[in-house]
Amino acid sequence: MAARSELLLKNGRIIDPVNGIDEQGHLLLAKGKIAGLFLKGKKAPPPSQNRREIELAGKWIFPGFIDMHVHLREPGEEYKETIDSGTKAAAAGGFTAVACMPNTEPVNDSETVTSYILEKAREAKARVYPVGSISKGSHGEKLADYGEMKKAGVVGLSDDGRPVTNSQLMRRALEYSSNFELLIISHSEEISLSQNGVMNEGYVSTKLGLRGIPKAAEEIMIYRDLSLAEYTGNPIHIAHISTKESVSLIRRAKERGCLVTAETAPHYFTLTEEAIDQYNTLAKMNPPLRTEDDVAAIQQGLKDGTIDVIATDHAPHSVLEKEQEFDIAANGIIGLETAVPLTLSLVRGNIISAQRMAGLLSSNPARILGVQGGSLQIGRVADVTVVDPEREFVFSADEVVSKSKNSPFLGRKLLGKAVLTVLEGKITFKDL
Amino acid sequence: MASVHHFDHNHILSLQDLSREDIHLILQSAESFKEISSRSIKKVPTLRGKTVINLFFEPSTRTRLSFEIAAKRMSADTFNFSASTSSAVKGESLVDTARNLMAMHPDVIVIRHAHSGTPYLLTKHIKASVINAGDGTHEHPSQGLLDLMTVKQRKGRIEGLKVAIVGDIAHSRVAHSNIVGFSKMGANVLVGGPATLIPSGIEKLGAKVGKTIDATIVDADVVMVLRIQKERQRDPLIPSFREYANQFGINKKVLTAAKPDVLVMHPGPINRGVELDPDVADSPRSAILDQVSNGVAVRMALLYLIMGGD
Ligand SMILES: [Zn+2]
Repeated sequence: MAARSELLLKNGRIIDPVNGIDEQGHLLLAKGKIAGLFLKGKKAPPPSQNRREIELAGKWIFPGFIDMHVHLREPGEEYKETIDSGTKAAAAGGFTAVACMPNTEPVNDSETVTSYILEKAREAKARVYPVGSISKGSHGEKLADYGEMKKAGVVGLSDDGRPVTNSQLMRRALEYSSNFELLIISHSEEISLSQNGVMNEGYVSTKLGLRGIPKAAEEIMIYRDLSLAEYTGNPIHIAHISTKESVSLIRRAKERGCLVTAETAPHYFTLTEEAIDQYNTLAKMNPPLRTEDDVAAIQQGLKDGTIDVIATDHAPHSVLEKEQEFDIAANGIIGLETAVPLTLSLVRGNIISAQRMAGLLSSNPARILGVQGGSLQIGRVADVTVVDPEREFVFSADEVVSKSKNSPFLGRKLLGKAVLTVLEGKITFKDL
Repeated sequence: MASVHHFDHNHILSLQDLSREDIHLILQSAESFKEISSRSIKKVPTLRGKTVINLFFEPSTRTRLSFEIAAKRMSADTFNFSASTSSAVKGESLVDTARNLMAMHPDVIVIRHAHSGTPYLLTKHIKASVINAGDGTHEHPSQGLLDLMTVKQRKGRIEGLKVAIVGDIAHSRVAHSNIVGFSKMGANVLVGGPATLIPSGIEKLGAKVGKTIDATIVDADVVMVLRIQKERQRDPLIPSFREYANQFGINKKVLTAAKPDVLVMHPGPINRGVELDPDVADSPRSAILDQVSNGVAVRMALLYLIMGGD
């Protein structure tokens, strides 16, 4: 078939929170841009030689989803994931862009590593936005070279996985990053409290004889980070919040005018610590799964806008790191291919609207990172995610696109799936 | 052995998995096996041709010997592997070790490991039955069962007894098994000690928490004293052994709050003069020696029941 340069997505439910759109219609993509919106019963343009048409009755058309917190493992741990395999997983999960954390080997604290990642990402199935480290080598001692990294293409800064314990360093990072308009993304954890903990502290950790991580370990650091952001007047983004009190700290800070944004991951609004039963290392991550109260509060935070973003914290690990004693198994789960059905379950449960889902997965991360996409407005980049909310599938290891299969959702029947992913007008994934 | 209740477990991983009826049956069987241990010929052919592997990643001569004697008295072939002596175990992942052991076609693997949950991991990778001989700070089910047996022998019942457990509840797998076992069998369990060593959510596991040592052991029928480890001073969970002995140590004076016929137990080895006063440890109120002799009988019962005896 001859390549046709235009794409017409017909008869879908078009959802664009930026323009308050949620109605049936057609969407035309041309020259890598959103070229036409046909709403309110307006007829689609007639068929044309150079236009491919896709019928999408019953499907939902979103601005391309952006996962602002993933670990692509390249360079250094290519046996877990590569930029190639990770972006294929992203496309299969409905994502058109991902922001990759700097805890690679070596750490992304330089122009060299940033350029290496961007070079590898040129042909990738999703846009890759590197996040640079806050401190050199993420050692938590000296500031990394933000100016150099910004020039090379980083979109934000984080010492994810190795929380910044030194408050003075965090303060200076917030100040110095403002020269380059780079967002600080904080993995907030007071490690003297979490110590060698491997799961949430409470009845379940006591029952299993596993060392607990108190919720306060997260909340204390969030409070510090909010305090420093307010004091310096700089924005801060809090990564992967997991507790009820974290939600309320952020809610109150926003009310005071603190420039804070926050994300959570699908597992924190879906699972509790009970998922660890029988020492399931596939339910081990940091921060750990919490309790029912926390899950309810996270859902409430997503509903009322306290939480701005759903990001997966996609953290691939091989069987070697996971098939181990719970104490020594690696933290983290893959998330790119399950985010859509898990988020849709909030929509089905009337906790969030489809528009809010688009905000959480697309327009908010685009705005927070200052990157393209996030809207279906004419003239914007043609990054589009089409979801079939009724598609049922069993998430099985055989079908996982990511190189690693470490998910607590393996074997689960999930409802709703990305069926078409379009990056700059080109189809990167199709399962219609 | 005639019994109405059918024992339906391939593994003994935790007392949380066992029902009240299961525990009754184990204790009943253990009493019968205790009789064998008192004969002049102590062997029965029950497990002839069966292979039992003792896989110990932590040194514990007492528990390993107890399992070994139990298996031998039932005519099973036994093999011992320990992380410190066997190159097959050193530096290998647990899953690899398990796969290698399968070449010996074991029927039962008895495992002791410093990490909680390791016996569960083992069951996912081998076909043999697994007995947990102590995993991290999780459980030590055979110890819990022999403590139940000892108390039943000495008190004639478990139901309705007041059992106080004192000391490092947070790090004691024995305490965890005992809380679950005694509360399941109808005793009232109280725990007490420094608040730093009482883990969160312990009430849900079956124990009430006493604010002071007095409040914990008042009217107790049984006082179980746990070993306090040196490293708890570093964590920092307690200020010093001296402070611990003065504030939380069990001695004759403290015990006046308990019932006059209180039974004192300790899973051993004892730090004499720290958590337990020598006067008490060696007194007739102490059940420490019974605890050792019941160990073999309980382990014989476990081997017998998981190998399908009924
Ligand atoms: Zn993190």
